[in-house]
Amino acid sequence: MLPSCFLCVTLISIRVRNINGADLTVTRTCRMFSRLKQRVEDVLLPGDEFSFETDDTISLTEAVKPEKAVCGPGLRRSGDRLVVCKSGVLRHKPPNVFWIDSQQRRYVPAKGETVIGIVTAKSGDVFKVDVGGSEQASLSYLAFEGATKRNRPNVQVGDLVFAQFIIANKDMEPELSCIDSSGRANGMGVFGAGGLLFRVSLGLVRRLLSPHNEVRSDLETLFPCELVVGMNGRLWVRSSSIQQTLIIANLLQSCETMTAQQRKELFRRVQQGAL
Amino acid sequence: MEVCGSSNVSLREFGCEQSLLSRPDGSSSFVQGDTSVMAGVYGPAEVKVSKEIYDRAILEVLIQPKVGLPSVRERSQEQCVRETCEASLLLSLHPRSSLTLILQVLHDDGSLLSCCLNAACMALMDAGLPMSCLFCGVTCAITAEGEIITDPTAAQEKESRALMTFAIDSAERRVMMSSTKGSFSVHELQQCIAVSQKASEKIFQFYRDSVKRRYSKTH
Repeated sequence: MLPSCFLCVTLISIRVRNINGADLTVTRTCRMFSRLKQRVEDVLLPGDEFSFETDDTISLTEAVKPEKAVCGPGLRRSGDRLVVCKSGVLRHKPPNVFWIDSQQRRYVPAKGETVIGIVTAKSGDVFKVDVGGSEQASLSYLAFEGATKRNRPNVQVGDLVFAQFIIANKDMEPELSCIDSSGRANGMGVFGAGGLLFRVSLGLVRRLLSPHNEVRSDLETLFPCELVVGMNGRLWVRSSSIQQTLIIANLLQSCETMTAQQRKELFRRVQQGAL
Repeated sequence: MEVCGSSNVSLREFGCEQSLLSRPDGSSSFVQGDTSVMAGVYGPAEVKVSKEIYDRAILEVLIQPKVGLPSVRERSQEQCVRETCEASLLLSLHPRSSLTLILQVLHDDGSLLSCCLNAACMALMDAGLPMSCLFCGVTCAITAEGEIITDPTAAQEKESRALMTFAIDSAERRVMMSSTKGSFSVHELQQCIAVSQKASEKIFQFYRDSVKRRYSKTH
């Protein structure tokens, strides 16, 4: 699953007039794109940079398309250079998306992400929700499916809500909503009776949410359970008995540090009833 | 635990470990010879309205000595570490938040401030805080005969005529912070800076190797 907050970096293209007055569009062949591609899957540290150096020879005969590189979290543009600002592995999604995959525990709110929040206060017409970030998010009581001024939603302090960020940037207080743009809940809202909420790292959450991932398919072979995944590193699990719920919670927490081999081994042992 | 041996700039054997504590958002432990410091980072987290800054994060550094309560000496070391960290972190990306860095001295056998700086840098990287460059700390001591020793032990520090600690950045190897004690000439200061810049190469290479090893384990 790709994290949010991507910025677009366009490589430069200049226009040149020849002596007849006709226009020739020439693109500076920038080696930055190929240099980025060379270092995909390399571990990079903050301070490493990719510069927009140009070749000395500009080709006037071939028509070269301007290349756009979309840079994600961990890469920042400073003047004419692309600087790495977090340590991690450089990933690439063809055709032109690059980002740094880093292991982090602290969540920073980003627009559009679905998270699990805990309601901490009811003040007037908004609920204050703790999402694990640097400040509490606000959730309006009208942002629930079927809620009107007369028909208030049944939300108490301490409830768990699964909601989506509609405003989340560094300058403003984050705002959540339990309905999407068409007014439907789509799986969001209050939940949580009888399950267990626990914290994992953000990397594990992204792995769980990516399509065709092995952890989820391995988990499906065990007991039937309900799993809610919040992108702020919170997971909620409910299974048919307390013991099974605890087993699944422990398995998911230990998945962070295990290789695929060890994980399959552990799941197989659980399936055989050894644990 | 990643370990590196000494070289011709004669640094003691150093080693580090990341993510060893479960509660903080980032943690690390750095060992130089017998000097060992553990660092924990929390952030970006909530901050009291009286302490918040509208356009950047506020960084608090706490150094706990091995024995006793923090005193004035720890306060001055905290200021050195804080100024270095503020220069390399991108604080404007998290306005109205707080970052807390706690350093616990496990054993002090000389070069304590540079060990604190190295542990701080690794912990900030482990927490995933955005940084514009890395930094490292190098300590030099000038003996009574005028010889320059890098990474001195406590006994060597006691006999030295002057003691200097520099924080060097990874982008252009410039001096970010300097803390000096004793008497020395301008020429000696410049020589110490040059020696520290050379020593910092080893430390940055070590950072790179230990982070590479960490990311190669978990895939």
